[in-house]
Amino acid sequence: MKLLEINHLKKEFDGLGVIKDISLSVEQGEVISIIGPSGSGKSTLLRCATMLENMDGGELIYHGEKAAWENEKGGCTYAPKNDLKRIRKYFGLVFQNFNLFPHYSVLKNIIDAPMSVDKISKKEAMERAEKLLAQLGLTDKKDAYPYQLSGGQQQRVSIARALALQPEILFFDEPTSALDPELTGEVLKVIKELAKEHMTMIIVTHEMQFAREVSDRIIFMEDGVIQQQGTPEEIFTAPNERVKAFIGKFVG
Amino acid sequence: MNLLTMVMQLLQGMVITTEVFVLTLLFSLPLGLVVSFGRMSKNGLLRILTKFYISVMRGTPLMLQMIVVYFAPYYVFGVKIASSYRFIAVIMAFSINYAAYFAEIYRGGIEAVAVGQYEAAKVLGYNRFQTFFKIVMPQVIKHILPAVTNETITLVKDTSLAFAISVAEMFTLAKQIAAAQTTIMPLMVAGLFYYIFNLAVAAGMEALEKKLSYYR
Repeated sequence: MKLLEINHLKKEFDGLGVIKDISLSVEQGEVISIIGPSGSGKSTLLRCATMLENMDGGELIYHGEKAAWENEKGGCTYAPKNDLKRIRKYFGLVFQNFNLFPHYSVLKNIIDAPMSVDKISKKEAMERAEKLLAQLGLTDKKDAYPYQLSGGQQQRVSIARALALQPEILFFDEPTSALDPELTGEVLKVIKELAKEHMTMIIVTHEMQFAREVSDRIIFMEDGVIQQQGTPEEIFTAPNERVKAFIGKFVG
Repeated sequence: MNLLTMVMQLLQGMVITTEVFVLTLLFSLPLGLVVSFGRMSKNGLLRILTKFYISVMRGTPLMLQMIVVYFAPYYVFGVKIASSYRFIAVIMAFSINYAAYFAEIYRGGIEAVAVGQYEAAKVLGYNRFQTFFKIVMPQVIKHILPAVTNETITLVKDTSLAFAISVAEMFTLAKQIAAAQTTIMPLMVAGLFYYIFNLAVAAGMEALEKKLSYYR
């Protein structure tokens, strides 16, 4: 089943087309990495998919439910507020800069949204959180505050925070770009474990080796369009000219 | 008049002073938040209006504002002013004046909260009300506390302006006693009382800052 469908997405900033025409559909359990040079529109694509940016054209559909569609005026119409509220539950987003709530402890960061947004009981929220904390190796940090944690730990907490709402798709916006190489590993390991459990994920990343290992499909973006997509095999063994030049810089 | 009688009289004035202080904070702190919303509103007219309001409140003397508020009912509307209105006029004038200052402090604090905090809240599904009161406001309070302490200490001293419309707060009484007894003593004692009051305010605010220092 298609969890997410993006059709002919367009996004402009000040008349400049950042995303020109992108279509993408995501099946249950798929792990997709989006790679490409800076400014290619990768993050903007993610921000449009998570409705942090409004699209200027195209369609956004979660689980068959239309979140946004193109209107006659050539712009996008978004579904009514209550529909969007429900549609937002389908996905979670892990930010490059974590964006944890600094005044909440690790545990509170994880249980607050399930309690105040999904209105589940504290007991249930705690159970979910304890499980996630154990899974992500953070049990001994549950009473710490974000500033007391390393970047890698903070990012793992933010993954736990997103998972606590039990989304069907998890987006990652360059989850390791703010981390030094040593801490990058621990976050990538967590994402790999999630992939093993068939969590549907869309990951914008600069970690080529990681993308190759974890993804079912890799999308190479440049200048606001998808240049090439395919299995890691296809992308890494038979890249087109542009992709080859880009990957070459990383793999050498 | 012996020292004790004088101190007792001043302490009575201190009760009024404290009332002005507490009531002004009680009204101006929430009002300031509302004003800051207007100041940051997407509605251009509302933004200009609140900006003008703030500039008038900050740009003219509080004493003048207080006298205008006190006399306006008579001169503008021809209503006879009851003596009980004095105290009300002081509270009104102080509240609208301090709200303007607090509004700008709030604005600074609210604008300092990282965009990422709003984005995280949005993606997690918090509504606007929850985002503001659960995520943004606690961080704003921590951020603005030193500036609020400054304003609060100024407020303690500003209460003495109420003497201009003869509200019997501490400074008014100190001045009366000083004139009647031809001694500077009551003014010195009043000064000491203000100082002690502000020491307490500063200590209280410092304790609050400390309480909020559990995170960065």
